[in-house]
Amino acid sequence: MDLLEYQGKQLFAKHDLPVPEGRHAASVEEAVAAAEQVGFPCVVKAQVAIGKRGKAGGIKIAKDGSEAREHAEAILGMDIRGFTVHDLWIEQASQIASEYYASIVLDRSAKKLLAMLSRMGGMDVEEMAEKDPAALVRRHIEPSEGFGPEHAGQIAVDAGIDEDVQGQVAEVLMELREVALAEDATLIEVNPLIVTEDRRVVALDAKVTIDNNALFRHEDLAELRDPSAEDPQEQMAKERGLTYVKLGGNIGILGNGAGLCMSTLDVVAQAGGEPANFLDAGGGSKAEAIVAALEVITSDPNVDAVLFNIFGGITRCDEVARGIIEAFRRIEIEVPLVVRLDGTNSEEGLKLLADAGIANLTVEKTMLGAAEKVVELANA
Amino acid sequence: MSIIVDNDTRLVVSGLTGREGSFHGLRNRDYGTDLVAGVTPGKGGQDVDGVPVFDSIAEAVEVGANTSMIFVPARFAAAAVEEAIDAGVGTVIAITEGIPVLDMLGVYWKAKEAGVRLIGPNCPGVLSPGKANVGIIPAHFFEQGSIGVVSKSGTLTYQIGNELAQAGLGNSTIVGIGGDPIIGSDFIDVLELFEADEETELIVMVGEIGGDAEERAAEFIAESVSKPVIAYIAGFTAPPGKQMGHAGAIISGSSGTAEAKKEALEAKGVAVGRSPTEAAQLAVETLAARA
Repeated sequence: MDLLEYQGKQLFAKHDLPVPEGRHAASVEEAVAAAEQVGFPCVVKAQVAIGKRGKAGGIKIAKDGSEAREHAEAILGMDIRGFTVHDLWIEQASQIASEYYASIVLDRSAKKLLAMLSRMGGMDVEEMAEKDPAALVRRHIEPSEGFGPEHAGQIAVDAGIDEDVQGQVAEVLMELREVALAEDATLIEVNPLIVTEDRRVVALDAKVTIDNNALFRHEDLAELRDPSAEDPQEQMAKERGLTYVKLGGNIGILGNGAGLCMSTLDVVAQAGGEPANFLDAGGGSKAEAIVAALEVITSDPNVDAVLFNIFGGITRCDEVARGIIEAFRRIEIEVPLVVRLDGTNSEEGLKLLADAGIANLTVEKTMLGAAEKVVELANA
Repeated sequence: MSIIVDNDTRLVVSGLTGREGSFHGLRNRDYGTDLVAGVTPGKGGQDVDGVPVFDSIAEAVEVGANTSMIFVPARFAAAAVEEAIDAGVGTVIAITEGIPVLDMLGVYWKAKEAGVRLIGPNCPGVLSPGKANVGIIPAHFFEQGSIGVVSKSGTLTYQIGNELAQAGLGNSTIVGIGGDPIIGSDFIDVLELFEADEETELIVMVGEIGGDAEERAAEFIAESVSKPVIAYIAGFTAPPGKQMGHAGAIISGSSGTAEAKKEALEAKGVAVGRSPTEAAQLAVETLAARA
């Protein structure tokens, strides 16, 4: 789960990481009040889950109340590359002397946390790598060694950080790691980490990704999930406990198992089709889950045809068949459905479907055959 | 010979008294796996269909358990794996999905230091047809044979395995390594075992988007694997930044794409099927050509 900037900063503040004074606002009036509290000049910042907000006009400096109002009016509701701005963060403007880059990220390949620090902050990591690759210091945190002042201090030295603030920067790195471990964050990026004119080190941005698997032990973070940011089908699927990703095409897909489902998407695309979604029915899918899945898929107005690709291991094909039959009883399904049922109890499942005699349902034996058929039907 | 689980496996199931744990644990036993014990703290002294239940894995080790299957809810699973490592089992197979990844970070290094083989988490387990099944793989689809399978996926593996079985080909061992970002054994770890296994003639590798395990495996295959390897990669149609079911199945920026994995493997001489069916066909043809 990606946190918005202000949520990340609030997390930093909780762990005593230096951040500028700031207030959240969800309306123009709130923004103006927040600006008065924070003081001028302040920065009105769009809060969206995407970068390059400044270039899109989503970050503006206000020197007084009327500018704060003007900027809030312009930025709230703005569309930034597909994301609508619902939240603002009104922050005290900082006097910036230098911009650094600092991050802690889980390196899944090395199976260790990776600390990164560069004296060239305020730009993309890619740009940094291009301009001066040696400027980015990368160091794995060894599980057996921990990450103390010697480790963090050495990184600050190696990165060429100004001597008078090396200690503060090392502190920040250690604190970032503490935050990662305490809050189950797999990525924490501060870009830029600034040095102010009066030589204080402050996190001017916060990009934090929390491990979804750990949300059960972070109630405060789990509450942050913003439903308005999610797509209607994804919302619907979540409510029904289904794993769903919208893709934008016109062929609805259901598979049992994430790997099989991804494979089904690929095979449909190879056959010339455009998958509308990924939907994993999960292991041991009962009839109810199948009904819920069909409801979600067919609620997407773009869907012209649906493919069910089931290879039942623990999942029983007769259960899936019952679910499909029940779904056709309960909801209006006007699009053609191609079903491939193989594996455990496939014969019983196929018989149930044959006996049900559903007009817009076609059965195919193989995965490839089913993909070709659904593409044909979607194009018809 | 087969790898990881075989006739010498003596299994203890953490979570045997739960619904899933008992269903699959007993299924494993009925297949022929030697199920010696179950563990649920507080339920020591009970039994599940005649299988003794203990409060701790250490007690199960005392009665001979050498392999531990973890079927415990995500919030307790990392601790259960650590308990198994401390108790001295040689192999731990963690089925549980949803374990926080930073927990797994600690567990991974603990297992490595202790020399314990950890498979998973978020995996279907390991099946050596005709010998032992530890996990949820539906064994009735598979016959004993010479094809080793190592896969991040569950049902996709059954799909490919079934196609091989229909062509009359069986398996030495099927290893589900799991779909999480940090797992106990990567492709390389299992490829090494298959390379040393007399029973295995050809290896099928099933990967998916996320991380670089397939790319590293390609390097390893070029350097250290003499047996033929056929691969299949899922997720060409996955968009970047979106988790596709498995916690580890996510493209970050430009890295972890299916295209990159396919290229890396093909560059090292590994044939990559465009569909599960084609991958199975390639395996059949390759084996036939060697006969």
